[in-house]
Amino acid sequence: MASMLKIDNLHVRVAGKDILKGLSLEVNPGEVHAIMGPNGAGKSTLGNVLAGRDGYEVVEGSVTFEGRDLLAREPEERAADGVFLAFQYPVEIPGVNNTYFLRAALNAQRKARGESELDSMQFLKKVREKLAVLHLKDELLHRAVNEGFSGGEKKRNEIFQMALLEPKLAILDETDSGLDIDALKMVADGVNAMRDPARAFLVITHYQRLLDYIVPDVVHVLADGRIVESGDKSLALKLEEHGYAWIAERKIAGAA
Amino acid sequence: MAAVLLDRLLDAGAAPASQAAWLDDARREAREALVRDGLPGARSEAWKYTSLRALAQRAYARGDAGAAGRAVEASLVALPGVDGPRVVFVNGRFRADLSQLPATSGLTIAPLVDVLDDTGVHALLARRFDDASQAFARLNTALVDDGVLVRVAPDAQVDVPVHLVFAGVPADGDVAWQSRVLVELGESASLRLIESHVGTDGQAHLGNHVAQVAVRRGATLDLLQMQVAAEAGVLVRRSDVVLDEDARLNLRTLELGGQLVRHDLVVDLAGDRAQLESRGVFALHGRQHVDTHLDIRHLARDTRSDMVWRGVADARSRGVFHGAITVAPGADGTDASLANKNLLLSDQAEIDTQPLLVIHADEVKAAHGATVGQLDERALFYLRSRGLPESEARALLTLAFCRVAIDSLENPALRDHIDAVLLDHLPRDVAAPTAQDAPNRP
Repeated sequence: MASMLKIDNLHVRVAGKDILKGLSLEVNPGEVHAIMGPNGAGKSTLGNVLAGRDGYEVVEGSVTFEGRDLLAREPEERAADGVFLAFQYPVEIPGVNNTYFLRAALNAQRKARGESELDSMQFLKKVREKLAVLHLKDELLHRAVNEGFSGGEKKRNEIFQMALLEPKLAILDETDSGLDIDALKMVADGVNAMRDPARAFLVITHYQRLLDYIVPDVVHVLADGRIVESGDKSLALKLEEHGYAWIAERKIAGAA
Repeated sequence: MAAVLLDRLLDAGAAPASQAAWLDDARREAREALVRDGLPGARSEAWKYTSLRALAQRAYARGDAGAAGRAVEASLVALPGVDGPRVVFVNGRFRADLSQLPATSGLTIAPLVDVLDDTGVHALLARRFDDASQAFARLNTALVDDGVLVRVAPDAQVDVPVHLVFAGVPADGDVAWQSRVLVELGESASLRLIESHVGTDGQAHLGNHVAQVAVRRGATLDLLQMQVAAEAGVLVRRSDVVLDEDARLNLRTLELGGQLVRHDLVVDLAGDRAQLESRGVFALHGRQHVDTHLDIRHLARDTRSDMVWRGVADARSRGVFHGAITVAPGADGTDASLANKNLLLSDQAEIDTQPLLVIHADEVKAAHGATVGQLDERALFYLRSRGLPESEARALLTLAFCRVAIDSLENPALRDHIDAVLLDHLPRDVAAPTAQDAPNRP
């Protein structure tokens, strides 16, 4: 099976500082990969560089998505290709209505893919289906994008957008941070409802807790800009037990 | 400033026909002041950022002799969701054939020529403009021969919006017109008034417009000023508002069209507890130059002004915003605030903003601030990451920035229309920002 996402020896510099230093990773359709690592390891850089954010300088390596050079694509093209980033810090955008924004985004993607655009009836039907899964109130739709949302609402809104846009590859950047256990379960339910043989997830997290609810196929440990260890879900438990220091020790032992 | 503009306008043909001795006197006085002082030059503080040098050398014909017969498309004068009395002027001339003046209880709408014996009209039309910087108001007084009076009787609550339309359409050459609006709300009356300035391409007229508004004790005026003049048009406007005790003005101002535009908004909070709430937007592209000059004067106790203005400048356009608030001696308990935020969408655009606060009273609450910035790159990336093309994302964010002016409009059809007009005037195909954005740290 051809991999969906292939990251090969990726080196990324941010503001003159090397953050990713030779990261390689392959994700197949249907798989859930968790990326864990200490603060400053480059987890969020990975998410941002995949989504196409400015200010991330790729100095070496390549990223292909479904065989195509992902790094050459604009952010909106990546979205239309099926790449979605759930932001660690969703942006508040006063004056832009949530519903208008989502419909414009969905239709822009559909247009880019040569699909027909949805009219407001079709769109609202889809919205209601997805809202129910995330236990989000209708009222959020009438507000400005993320404006005045609580931390939990913002994260659930990210997952709601993901559900609506139905990406092929969803990258969740510390979606669990700042969530209480109930919100965490809702987010996990939203993700699990979308698991599909044709869809892949990259779940970036600092803590193992989220992985109790979104069970990954593969767990990677990212440290100092590289993946230093990969394994099944038991790796996450080991990390939880021993802490990230354990990885550092193993690295040193391996290098010796 | 030596001005071909004035020579041509003041010398053209005979003086306007005289209908009343007092009017002739007022015109003569204004003309003399104008001849004496000319147009304000580079040293005039009030015109510091808007040079009249090029305009002063243009020779416009005085009025459009064919104005009464000019064809005007219905879509130019109509506004969605607005279906009440409508008064249409074309190239400065009142057009009864395009206007609708249904009888409405408590509401008087009349062409100025029909009400020259009215003492209220007399007082407003004969008003002197003593400062040399008010040259265009003087010009208006000297030459005006058409306009409209809108009067609401005391206690009358007019429930249909009144729509005044000033349209510029191609004439045989470039013309200059003067128009005058007089509005008076009697005690405890209320009115919604829309003043539209529209135009069709292919004309480069000079419109010179003066609105004088008196809101008597306890009355409330909702005023929407929508300026979408023709791309090549020159429009100079002065709005003079006096608010008596407990009177209230809710003002929405949009400046979108025109090549060279100047708007002087003067509001006197003359009676105790008078209130002004205003929201304004200018959104400029091409080589537009739009200058908004606020002169807000708190003259009585416990008066309140709350002003929010947003400006957007793209391409090589230039926006000027001068917001002056004066609190007069004795105007204790004044609460004044002015916020002006601006977006620069191009390296070659310029916005000059100057908030000014002059306080001569005690126990005053006053706040003002002005900023100039760019679109939020984080928001831009967020929208793009969801699939919106960059140009669309930029337009959407810019529109959102401007919406502050129309958010509180209660008429949804009109609000949607203004949204569409705004979007139409915002840059859609802005090049990617040239200045390299500071990298966003993870």
